[in-house]
Amino acid sequence: MTGLSPSPYGGQVPVLRIGDVLLVTLQGDLHDGTAEQLQQDVSEAAADSRVNGVVIDLSGVEIVDSFLGRVLADIAAKTRLLAAETVVAGMRPAVAITLVELGLTLPGLRTALSTEEALRLLGGASISPRYGRTRQESP
Amino acid sequence: MSEQEAEGHQVAPAQEVGDFLRLRREQIAQRWADAALFRTVFTVSRDEAVEAGRAVVEALAAVAAAERLEDPEADGFNVVRDQLARTAASRSRAGSTNSQISTEVDALRPPVLELLVADLSARGEEHVRECTTALTVLMGTLRMVVLETLLTAGQELIERQRLQLLEVATPVIKLWEGIVAVPLIGTLDSARSQVVMETLLDSIVEQHARFAILDITGVPTVDSLVAQHLMKTVAAARLMGAECIVSGIRPAIAQTIVHLGIDLGTVMTRASLADALAYALRQQGADIVAHVPDGAGPR
Repeated sequence: MTGLSPSPYGGQVPVLRIGDVLLVTLQGDLHDGTAEQLQQDVSEAAADSRVNGVVIDLSGVEIVDSFLGRVLADIAAKTRLLAAETVVAGMRPAVAITLVELGLTLPGLRTALSTEEALRLLGGASISPRYGRTRQESP
Repeated sequence: MSEQEAEGHQVAPAQEVGDFLRLRREQIAQRWADAALFRTVFTVSRDEAVEAGRAVVEALAAVAAAERLEDPEADGFNVVRDQLARTAASRSRAGSTNSQISTEVDALRPPVLELLVADLSARGEEHVRECTTALTVLMGTLRMVVLETLLTAGQELIERQRLQLLEVATPVIKLWEGIVAVPLIGTLDSARSQVVMETLLDSIVEQHARFAILDITGVPTVDSLVAQHLMKTVAAARLMGAECIVSGIRPAIAQTIVHLGIDLGTVMTRASLADALAYALRQQGADIVAHVPDGAGPR
């Protein structure tokens, strides 16, 4: 349970709540204990009726193993049961390549280029799209 | 054989040939300068050809003196590699095949042989025969050294070009705000598809691209390996939050894919790059419309 290097989270990953979305920012190594705690925290927070989405920001993660892949899939499965959607944001190229080589393509997971994009994805129509007007709206 | 000892000659044929080469190097160099190999390379100055020939003769003499007639690794051949290989390489660049060059190197033998026979005519027939055999072996080794050098040069060229191909053949093009494309040309192997994947993913981050188009119009054949590479790239791009579209699947390739039973069901495909671009634009909420000048559009 205890790794050689100290976890950057002090045993807990912060789960922030922005409106009806939960934001989890992962950085560096994720230890077994921390991951377990995180899954529990997210499930509890998602059980709150007003949450309809979870964004996991991976832009600070540079090394990945099959364990992290499983953690992501688990969180997605759990939140889906609680009627919320999980979006993984900002995955780095090296991490993506490693996951694919490991055979973890995470088919049930939604992805986004950045946290901003992920929030937009979950917000749906409430936030105006970047490429504003369609042809029908133009004069 | 030990006939030379029986006949009272203390000098081995190889040594004899070495001495002969050193003694006659001027004449040999002069004759070689007229041979096809040297004449066609040193077109400007005959002196240069003579100079090159002399260097080779001296190297051969050193090899013969060391009695390493059949050893292509002999020290003397290093000079030959430098000198003769350079001339041979320039013949090769001029369009000669390896066997042509080999024949040209072989053509260096008769003039030397003539001189040798003339020099040794006073000696016993047996001795002449041994010396000519030694010389022939030496020239054979020379021919081998030249060919070997040619092949090495060819392999170096291939290796260099392979690396160049790897660099050149994978440009990532920004088609629109948030849309990048990779036109794949030529056969995809593991090394290339790895480079393609890396450059594509990097540019997705760099350009903040939501859509990536893999255009395989220039890929001649698709087998299960290539399809696997494509699916890996698509999966990795998806993990990063970009949507990947494979375009340019020609009818023949579509048939092959179906025949092979490859399931590209998880991959978004479009017939042409234009279709893929149109799809990506529409997904972004942009649309392409014809320009209507001042409301007076043609009806």
